Amino acid sequence: MDLNELLKLSWRALLANKLRSFLTTLGIVIGVFAIILLVSIASGLQTYITNQIQGFGSNLIFIIPGRLGGARTPGGVMVNKLLIQDSQNLSVKLKNVADIAPVIQQITTAKYQNKDDEETSILGTTANYTKTVKNAVVEHGRYFSQSQELSGAKVAVIGQTVKNNLFELEEPVGKRFFIGNNIYTVIGVLKKRGAIFGIDQDNTVIIPLSSAKRQFGVNQVNAIYISANNESQIPFIKDQISSVLLKRLTKDEFTIQTAESSLEIVTNVTNILSLALGGIAAISLLVGGIGVANIMLVSVTERTREIGLRKALGARRADILKQFLLEAVILSLTGGVIGIMLGITGSLILARLLVSQVTIWSVFIAFGFSVIVGVVFGMAPAIRASKLSPIEALRYE
Amino acid sequence: MKDQELINLINITKDYVIGDVVTKVLKGIYLKVKRGEFIAITGRSGSGKSTLMNLIGLLDTPTNGSYILEEADVLKFKEDELSDLRNRKIGFVFQSFNLLPRSTVLENVILPGIYAGVDKKTREEKGRNLLLKLDLLEQESKRPNRLSGGQQQRVAIARALMNNPDLILADEPTGNLDIKSGQDVMRLLKKLNREGKTIILITHERDIAKHAKRVIELIDGKIS
Repeated sequence: MDLNELLKLSWRALLANKLRSFLTTLGIVIGVFAIILLVSIASGLQTYITNQIQGFGSNLIFIIPGRLGGARTPGGVMVNKLLIQDSQNLSVKLKNVADIAPVIQQITTAKYQNKDDEETSILGTTANYTKTVKNAVVEHGRYFSQSQELSGAKVAVIGQTVKNNLFELEEPVGKRFFIGNNIYTVIGVLKKRGAIFGIDQDNTVIIPLSSAKRQFGVNQVNAIYISANNESQIPFIKDQISSVLLKRLTKDEFTIQTAESSLEIVTNVTNILSLALGGIAAISLLVGGIGVANIMLVSVTERTREIGLRKALGARRADILKQFLLEAVILSLTGGVIGIMLGITGSLILARLLVSQVTIWSVFIAFGFSVIVGVVFGMAPAIRASKLSPIEALRYE
Repeated sequence: MKDQELINLINITKDYVIGDVVTKVLKGIYLKVKRGEFIAITGRSGSGKSTLMNLIGLLDTPTNGSYILEEADVLKFKEDELSDLRNRKIGFVFQSFNLLPRSTVLENVILPGIYAGVDKKTREEKGRNLLLKLDLLEQESKRPNRLSGGQQQRVAIARALMNNPDLILADEPTGNLDIKSGQDVMRLLKKLNREGKTIILITHERDIAKHAKRVIELIDGKIS
């Protein structure tokens, strides 16, 4: 029996029960739609975070206190032993190969007139921070100089969120505002940096390191950013950092991260996320497949007489098998194609609100899965149909 | 070839087993059918005539005995080989027509041609010729349920003729028809017999059986 004839047959049988075929297909549509959409979200997230990390610059190394992913001190509180002094030691050692910017970070209220921003992240750092961290760019005004930094000047460079919250439409440069109880003057505004892991990087005020040290009374730094002049020197610089820091600290008291190693972590996490989300979606596709099997069994039972007649007229087992298998495949394939189109559309809409990116492989996998679902779940009913004895089938009422 | 034996049934028995109960439906049938014969098999309901027709039609297999169809020992055939044999050698006409409701008249007629692997153009041409012969050509693209009972049975006969089989097996072909349509169908079968087809007719009506050249009566699973 040729394919054309089979297609015509299957199509007609499916159209004879439009609602039933539609509902069965819907199960597959939802499964495929879910796979495409959820995998798109995971993939969009990965791209987004990767771009953010790369925004810091690929030559960036950063040192954070404590051991990443390691055991914490008893009680779960981590004691920060990374000091401004360590940063100064590193500066001396790495003078010719890298720029170094230590950062003191505190969350405080920033206030201007009657407006305040309670959760502002205050970064106390050095004059070469913008040189070290590539996505910190002053878009308006200027950054503080080394002499302002050393003298502990009360000047601030503000992020976009702070600008919008405190100054709204006013020109911020030259305005005086409160950080905690101290008055600072705005000298510059940073370009928008976006959020990373849900943390708004624009809700930030950058002030000179010595001003922060004095205001918050701390000697510890929350991070030391190091930008290698040459990417090929990163391994060498990492060794140097270790040797300098280990003179004073144990290896559990600091972690050295590079953009590359951070990307690895992000990729691992988002890959697991992709698999988990895709797996959940695959379960709904499985349920859809069971729906196909169910309806095909009903269809075989309903058409027992037809099967008997076809066999009496000369249909071989394979002819009957193909006829019912094709029906199942058409059901699931139609569902697959519609699901892919809806998934892509949904992903494009989602990309405007959240992050989402359709990946070609998820489309191929969804398409392949819907065919496989049709074959696998159509097989048992089709085999059952093909094995009917013609006389039993013809007698069936 | 003409006068040769088409069918030779030797000591055919058929038992049905339901649970522990064995029902002997056919108790040793001997029957030879020559080419070009028109045979009626009659008997009361329960006499085994439908079972016999299913065995002759290769839809069912006997418990014992042998069945030679055109010199071939068909009981040794596998399921798919039996399908091919039914497809090429036997045309079925059923009491309840058994037309596919979603297919057109023409599609119903050419169905055996599809399973025989005849190409589309040839089988449609053949199908139209048969419809023309049976005065149904105007109905070709209608669904079977738009036709009268007599017309539907003529479509079924056209379908039986599709692959030009040697044998037409008609199981109570007039059972669902009014007297006039029934007579038309019998006239048609007689005409086909004159044209050389071997016809085996199953019926419980003596009036219908009279149309045949030879009448065989089954009584309690045996030919009387």
